[in-house]
Amino acid sequence: MPGNSSAAPGSTARKAFSFTHNQSLLLVFCCTLFGGVAQYLFKISTTHAAFTFENGSVNWLAIVANYPLWIGLACYGIFTLLITLALRDGELSVLYPVISLTYIWVVFLSVLVLHEPLTPWKLAGVALICLGVAFLGSGGKKPAQ
Amino acid sequence: MKTPIESMLLVLFASFLGSFGAVFLKWGAGRMSLNLKSMLLNWRLAAGVALYLISTVFYLMALKHGELSILFPMVSLGYVWTLLWARLFFGEPFTGRKLGGLALIFAGLIVLNLGRS
Repeated sequence: MPGNSSAAPGSTARKAFSFTHNQSLLLVFCCTLFGGVAQYLFKISTTHAAFTFENGSVNWLAIVANYPLWIGLACYGIFTLLITLALRDGELSVLYPVISLTYIWVVFLSVLVLHEPLTPWKLAGVALICLGVAFLGSGGKKPAQ
Repeated sequence: MKTPIESMLLVLFASFLGSFGAVFLKWGAGRMSLNLKSMLLNWRLAAGVALYLISTVFYLMALKHGELSILFPMVSLGYVWTLLWARLFFGEPFTGRKLGGLALIFAGLIVLNLGRS
């Protein structure tokens, strides 16, 4: 396979650096911002000029030209990368509640930018989900160090 | 803007597929060594990534109609599936906190949908 260099990538990068607790928290916080923006971009990509699943055929050219989709996917990629890095050194039960901030950002963007109606039901529902996600994060048994 | 039931079913299906993506990634990661060739030849990892990609397509189809502020929180259903598969396939025990988290997420999804315009 051309371009497949023999130097094994990744193998030297393992644990070449590590984050403190606060750095992990900051990473996850940044990651939720990227996650929220990614969702917003996904939503506008589907209403973007030529995003057509519906006429039975997929317009590939339109998908390639759909820039919100690609920027959104890039943001999502960054989200995944940051979360992986943060989870490597941080404690899941601390980071999970922060991850659920993504839900809050998405509701903010939906209401402020996409002008979706904000109802008390929505707020309460999202609050319960955030709480649930926080609970899940603390649910795994981890031996005390 | 209304959120049609079709969109919600699509998110449900996407979260279901995505949760299997996580299962395959976990399965593959257990057999992973940190070199590119073995990662590319690891069909479990490939299947996991493929399932995530397919699930994303269904999610995008869902987003086309309806409110993001309803449909995105519904993705949290994926946590519910994932917990089930973790128990079934990897023998990870249910704990009180996990079940409490599940109950809260379920309650949140129901409350969220009461507010569907």
